[in-house]
Amino acid sequence: MTASTAAQAAYIVAALLFILSLAGLSKHETAKSGVVFGISGMVIALGATIAYAITGPSNWPSGLALTGIGLLFLAMAIGAVIGVFKAVRVEMTGMPELIAMLHSFVGLAAVLVGWDGYYEVESRGGHPAEFAGGLLRIHHAEVFIGVFIGAVTFTGSIVAYLKLSAKIKSNPLMLPAHNWLNVGALAAFVGLTVAFVAQPNLGLLVAVTIVALALGWHLVASIGGGDMPVVISMLNSYSGWAAAASGFLLDNNLLIVTGALVGSSGAYLSYVMCVGMNRSFISVIAGGFGNEGATSDDTDYGEHREIDAAGAAELLKEASSVIITPGYGMAVAQAQYPVAELTRKLRERGVEVRFGIHPVAGRLPGHMNVLLAEAKVPYDIVLEMDEINDDFPDTDVVLVIGANDTVNPAAAEDPGSPIAGMPVLHVWEARNVIVFKRSMATGYAGVQNPLFFRENSQMLFGDAKERVEDIIRAL
Amino acid sequence: MLIGVARESQPGETRVAATPTTVKQLITLGYDVVVEADAGAAASFTDEAYADAGARIGSADDAWGADIVFRVNAPSTAEIGRLRDGSTLVGLLSPALNPELVDALAARPITALAMDAVPRISRAQSMDVLSSMANIAGYRAVIEAAHVFGRFFTGQVTAAGKVPPAKVLVAGAGVAGLAAIGAAGSLGAIVRATDPRPEVADQVRSLGGEYLAVADAEVEVSTTGYAKEMSDDYNARAAALYAQQAEDVDIIITTALIPGKPAPRLITAEMVASMKAGSVIVDMAAANGGNVEGSRPGEVVVTDNDVTIIGYTDLAGRLPTQASQLYGTNLVNLMKLLTPGKDGQLVLDFEDVVQRGITVVRNGEKTWPPPPVQVSAAPPAPKAAPQPVKEEKKPVTAARKYSLVAIAAVAVFLITGFSPSGLLQHFFVFALAIVIGYYVIGHVHHALHTPLLSVTNAISGIIVVGALLQVGHHDTTITVLSFIAILVASINVFGGFTVTRRMLGMFSKG
Repeated sequence: MTASTAAQAAYIVAALLFILSLAGLSKHETAKSGVVFGISGMVIALGATIAYAITGPSNWPSGLALTGIGLLFLAMAIGAVIGVFKAVRVEMTGMPELIAMLHSFVGLAAVLVGWDGYYEVESRGGHPAEFAGGLLRIHHAEVFIGVFIGAVTFTGSIVAYLKLSAKIKSNPLMLPAHNWLNVGALAAFVGLTVAFVAQPNLGLLVAVTIVALALGWHLVASIGGGDMPVVISMLNSYSGWAAAASGFLLDNNLLIVTGALVGSSGAYLSYVMCVGMNRSFISVIAGGFGNEGATSDDTDYGEHREIDAAGAAELLKEASSVIITPGYGMAVAQAQYPVAELTRKLRERGVEVRFGIHPVAGRLPGHMNVLLAEAKVPYDIVLEMDEINDDFPDTDVVLVIGANDTVNPAAAEDPGSPIAGMPVLHVWEARNVIVFKRSMATGYAGVQNPLFFRENSQMLFGDAKERVEDIIRAL
Repeated sequence: MLIGVARESQPGETRVAATPTTVKQLITLGYDVVVEADAGAAASFTDEAYADAGARIGSADDAWGADIVFRVNAPSTAEIGRLRDGSTLVGLLSPALNPELVDALAARPITALAMDAVPRISRAQSMDVLSSMANIAGYRAVIEAAHVFGRFFTGQVTAAGKVPPAKVLVAGAGVAGLAAIGAAGSLGAIVRATDPRPEVADQVRSLGGEYLAVADAEVEVSTTGYAKEMSDDYNARAAALYAQQAEDVDIIITTALIPGKPAPRLITAEMVASMKAGSVIVDMAAANGGNVEGSRPGEVVVTDNDVTIIGYTDLAGRLPTQASQLYGTNLVNLMKLLTPGKDGQLVLDFEDVVQRGITVVRNGEKTWPPPPVQVSAAPPAPKAAPQPVKEEKKPVTAARKYSLVAIAAVAVFLITGFSPSGLLQHFFVFALAIVIGYYVIGHVHHALHTPLLSVTNAISGIIVVGALLQVGHHDTTITVLSFIAILVASINVFGGFTVTRRMLGMFSKG
């Protein structure tokens, strides 16, 4: 066993452990062991790489080895401190921002690795023995592709982070001909790649980096806040492809495997989110709702009715089954703790309480589940849309907390509606619906919600957290 | 406002426009109710029961002089004269068939609402009298047939021998037809049904009937919710089907009606002649000309070959208590719509298609016919144009699927085939990893999608491996870039795993 084969063997073990780690997440019961597998894989991979770098026939001249090791551990230590600090401090409502930020780091690292590759090979005329024949050109292309995907991920994630943390407005940015800008950037990338493969130089590399950074920024800036679940999943996917591209560049199968796993994971999640909104991936990328011509909305829906917290408490007291359908509004109002408290109170009274989660509720796939878990709501009463949709007709009271488009009956009943065909929670089939809302404003899709005007629905206006607390007091 | 419930004057009418139950509901809407004495007698509702429900029992003049008059049937000319100026009349007015009645009503400064003109839209279903009456009539048609039919409906094996089940054909699977299918089926008969609208096949099956499609029938999706006249070609095929069925079945119940047109002739005299002796036909369309040749409205005809043709036109009225209750509830639902304030004040809103549709006369001004209402199963055509038309996803045919896979396979082969061997090996690993990733992620529980994102974040920090091999290079630029790369990737690795563990720690089972 040489140092090189030992490292390769360790990589195979690490790759398998990563697959086991993702497989473990398929169930709550095995999720924690999944993370342990992931951590073990990472430790093995890093240990093997460091050992190989120190002992192997590396490109480190002996004089620099110590400095190199020192720098290596210094960088890792700083990164670890920052990472753990952020991870321990983050609120569950802030998870989308954290995830977006982490994506940007992968993108940045991929860009840097690509630039390293350029300095190592291309900038020095690039004819080391190992790059015989076509392989050198392939290396050129790999540098370019890695930098491009990495840079798109980097700026895209930063914009997503800024939008999610409300540091910039989450409205879609609508530049004229924005779709052509995206297509143009892709065309420029192809052109630059061809030029770079023919004649590599620093100018082209700088150019492609700038184009990619601009594309990533524009791509996400033109997508609105409600589409963030798709954007986050998409960036997750990109970060994987960026890692895979680096793997090709560095001739490293572990990076390729991991990148492909992460890439397909993100792609799959994007697909799930798009199905949840009944929109194609292209239409999400091409921009938000409401750009396809204003929807004529002079329909008279009638009058909505209001209810106060005491009235809602009365309804809940008499109910035997209750379903709560939370949306992003619950996260904004930080209402998950009072909601969990209300759930406990009702369950003590013998009321069957369950949660119905729409796939795109919140700003992150699975966001609502994490929020409710944080507030200690047992996960076995938190159900997916498809699991609970048939149960609404037998339900006494539905509490809609901060959700709007995901419970809009127009999606199921009005074929002319912009959100027609989007799968929604059929809350209106329940005997009573109480909608927690700050005002009568429309949701993300900008579509009026006929639910509010139904005979069996009543509005409870105000901050969701305060209103739920009022109900708990009234109980 | 005062609602008057007038007694029916048409001979043979057994129904009444309000029951004690619906009177109570009307009172909660803020109305006062006066019921003409003996109005509910034929439907087994006593005056005492009305009085207990909160109504006043009054004379005919009291009822006809109310602000709002409820009736089942259209009023006679004399009765129109008894209406007070400015009052509102609600009833089954059949405005399309009775232009003279509409003119007579319009001659008075009154408002007339035709309950049988409620448009067929989901929102108005709760006041659709035609549906509620057709439901009763369909049930009663089966009962009438069973009454005349000399055998069991259900099949039995008894000590005295085997009894075959009766075979029932229901022509037209509208509300009445479906009710007939359900009733006949629950009596134990074998039920078959025909209808030109293929979309009702599932409804027929859900009630235990067998749907007979007309051979090679053109697809006819109705936009009004009612059946419409069919082409000659279709009719010829349908006739062949009926001729074949007539020889086989014991009971035929026909329900085919086309709005504003005479009922289509489905069963000819030859078909009747081909039926077995003792067979029964109930022609529910007898009043509109009849689906069966030889049926007479309101009468029972026995043919030479001993087939009984029942042409009753009052099938719903033969269940007066039930019919009154459902009709009364339809009226209550209408009043709910017309009384937005629940304050006993009737408000007619012409912007609402339902209210517009049923109003025949408004304050002496004739408003019939109303503009047509599109009952959309599909989006209305003019509105669809500006909307992005969503194409139905065509199911991928097997040939298309296989050829797509083949094209993809060839493309992959060509791309990789021209790659150098070193790259080829990477492609191999890459492709397999994508497939594994897809299947592994497909199994991830929806509630764990956020931990999935954070754990994939952590492991994509593996990119640090790339930077590790480059740090400490003699080239300062490379070292600096690698240093930063290691730093940010480490944030991912440590931060990602830590936050995932934290999140998973929170998930607890109840």
